[in-house]
Amino acid sequence: MKILTHPTSSVDSTMMFIFVAAVLTMPIWLTPIGAAYPDLMQRFVIFGLFATGFNILFGLTGYLSFGHAAFLGIGSYTAVWSFKLLGMNPIPAAIFAVVVSGVFALIIGYVSLRRSGIYFSILTLAFAQMCYAIAYSDLIGKFLGINLTNGETGLRVLADDPRIMDGVLTSGIDTSALTVNLFGLDLTHTWVWNGFQFNAGFYFCAFVLIIASYIAMRIFRSPFGLMLKAVKTNQNRLNYTGVNTKPYTLAAFVISGMYAGLAGALLCITDPLAGAERMQWTASGEVVLMVILGGMGTLMGPMLGAGIIKFSEQKFSTWGKPELHEFLAFIPDGIRDTVVSVASLFVGSGWHLTLGLVFMLIVIFLPGGIVEGGRRILMIVTGSNRRNRQIQAAAQAAE
Amino acid sequence: MDAIILQVLNGLEKGGAYALIALGLTLIFGTLGVVNFAHGALFMLGAFCAVIMRSLLTYEVATGEVEATAWGTEVAVTTPYVTNLFGDFGNTLIDWAVPVSILLTIPVMLIVGLVMERGLIRHFYKRPHAEQILVTFGLAIVLAELIKAQFGANPIPVPEPAALGGMADFSGIFGSEPGTITYPMWRFVYFLFSAFIILVVFCFLKFTTFGMVVRAGMEDRETVGLLGINIGKRFTFMFAVSAMIAGLAGAMYTPIISPDYNIGMEFLVLSFVVVVVGGMGSLGGAVSAGFLLGLLQSFSAMNEVKAIIPGIDQIIIYLVAIIVLLVRPRGLMGRKGVMET
Repeated sequence: MKILTHPTSSVDSTMMFIFVAAVLTMPIWLTPIGAAYPDLMQRFVIFGLFATGFNILFGLTGYLSFGHAAFLGIGSYTAVWSFKLLGMNPIPAAIFAVVVSGVFALIIGYVSLRRSGIYFSILTLAFAQMCYAIAYSDLIGKFLGINLTNGETGLRVLADDPRIMDGVLTSGIDTSALTVNLFGLDLTHTWVWNGFQFNAGFYFCAFVLIIASYIAMRIFRSPFGLMLKAVKTNQNRLNYTGVNTKPYTLAAFVISGMYAGLAGALLCITDPLAGAERMQWTASGEVVLMVILGGMGTLMGPMLGAGIIKFSEQKFSTWGKPELHEFLAFIPDGIRDTVVSVASLFVGSGWHLTLGLVFMLIVIFLPGGIVEGGRRILMIVTGSNRRNRQIQAAAQAAE
Repeated sequence: MDAIILQVLNGLEKGGAYALIALGLTLIFGTLGVVNFAHGALFMLGAFCAVIMRSLLTYEVATGEVEATAWGTEVAVTTPYVTNLFGDFGNTLIDWAVPVSILLTIPVMLIVGLVMERGLIRHFYKRPHAEQILVTFGLAIVLAELIKAQFGANPIPVPEPAALGGMADFSGIFGSEPGTITYPMWRFVYFLFSAFIILVVFCFLKFTTFGMVVRAGMEDRETVGLLGINIGKRFTFMFAVSAMIAGLAGAMYTPIISPDYNIGMEFLVLSFVVVVVGGMGSLGGAVSAGFLLGLLQSFSAMNEVKAIIPGIDQIIIYLVAIIVLLVRPRGLMGRKGVMET
């Protein structure tokens, strides 16, 4: 028997407070490890959001979708279209992206959720591949006779687009630069203070992430969230007791699709370009990796996983032999060359090998991810594991 | 009419590859109950067995003579060592590198399959399907990256034997004008090869005692075990056989598409769709769905069809998969209760 522990609301508030503080001070505490430049931090936040949303479906209900990148792409295209038609304001772009990807998630989810298990994974994969093919060759656009996704070049904002709201909202401000601005505040702007870089776009994304993770936390703690966990534990039993699980799983699917769409829109807010490669199934695989690495079904795990993967992608993929020699300087000269040549397999262009290996090790030995690992270490340190076992033994003896 | 025959021929070769991979996938589902996302990587490994075989055969050694180049510098003359050893037969061997590579592919893929099953898959029988998918997905990434580290990211062309290259004229068979139905010879060979492998596998399962035990084990593993048969050992062997089938499919496919490290992933997604359309757990379903989808894909690539619905050839397989799963949730020939939880 597992001893149930229910996190109290005060624990949640503390966690949320720490989380908000950590996100907002990212430009400061990431500086020592050399990750504090705006582009990378934005990716931390955006993919953290994507993974958090994916976790609502995968972590809570156990339904493994291999097609969430489709919603990321749909969100991106919607956002760019919003820029093109309405203007360079990120707020309508984000709202439209959430709505449109939600509609798509509703359709795809309604169909895919008729099956479960491996069939569900294949169905979502088929839908995502279809969306990718449609976007890559702009099939719907060709059918309608307009340039909907602009094929393999990708969709971007052009100078002669209507952008009808730009004139109204930001009168007197020059918007010809075609960068996203929040009522006149250029989101590519970076304030520098004491060598720390505070980027406007990053803070916009961080703000969205904080709201979204608060919502995710509320979902986790709500009766709805409990129902989703029940689906994961034993869907048959729920069905036998007369519960129709479909509305719950569909709602989870749509919510996670909306999160993915929002993340896609944020990707375009930092760089107003949408391409089809974002929808490829390897991108869906990546978000699965993030959630598994961090810890599925936990609140902070997906964020952690996204951060680690994006950080190591940035670090390892740029490393070569010279950097390795420097890093491994403590090894005696004689064997260092051998060590470096072996290690160089795992960095640079081969960093996916590292990712694959780490991922396999996590799935094999630590299915709960890093969060689970941390919990185990904590248990060993505090000895609460032993105490739990004693309680269990006592309970068994009493029976 | 000619165009239709041509598209049928086109679809057969692609369908053959899908059917071979899907057959292996279904065998693994049916016997071990494991969802193997690394099956595409096995296809890729097979393709690289052909690449290795060719580079082994074309390995050149210096003859000791020197030759002047057009710029006046002197370079050592090198010849492939097989030519030195066997003369003309050596040259034929190089020419037939792809079929010869089957000799390398079979043992290599059997060993790879055995190691994979004993080392990794065995520990995942009882784990949820999601975890099986994830760990084999990770393995697929690792295998692809290892191949990339060794052979680079660019496709490596592997030519077919000269005797089987070029176009074959099928016009006479169908009573059309000569030269109207021409088709690359090797693709036809590939279709015959895949049909042969499928036939061998089916005969093996149907007419040998070993195959009978395996089929019985697929029906009811526990009872077969209770009868005193070590069914686990046989299932492990079947996993190795599935790996070998995928490997052979990959090795023979190299003249059609130059293999790179990513080729497995492309085939994996499609062959999973094939398995689901055919019905999970049904070997006949996997094979027929493989050929069916191959044919559909080549027909939708016809210009006449594309003129009506542009781009249909890129989405037809997924569209068919979605429709089939909604109308017949178990697939075309699926049985009740396979992988439904």
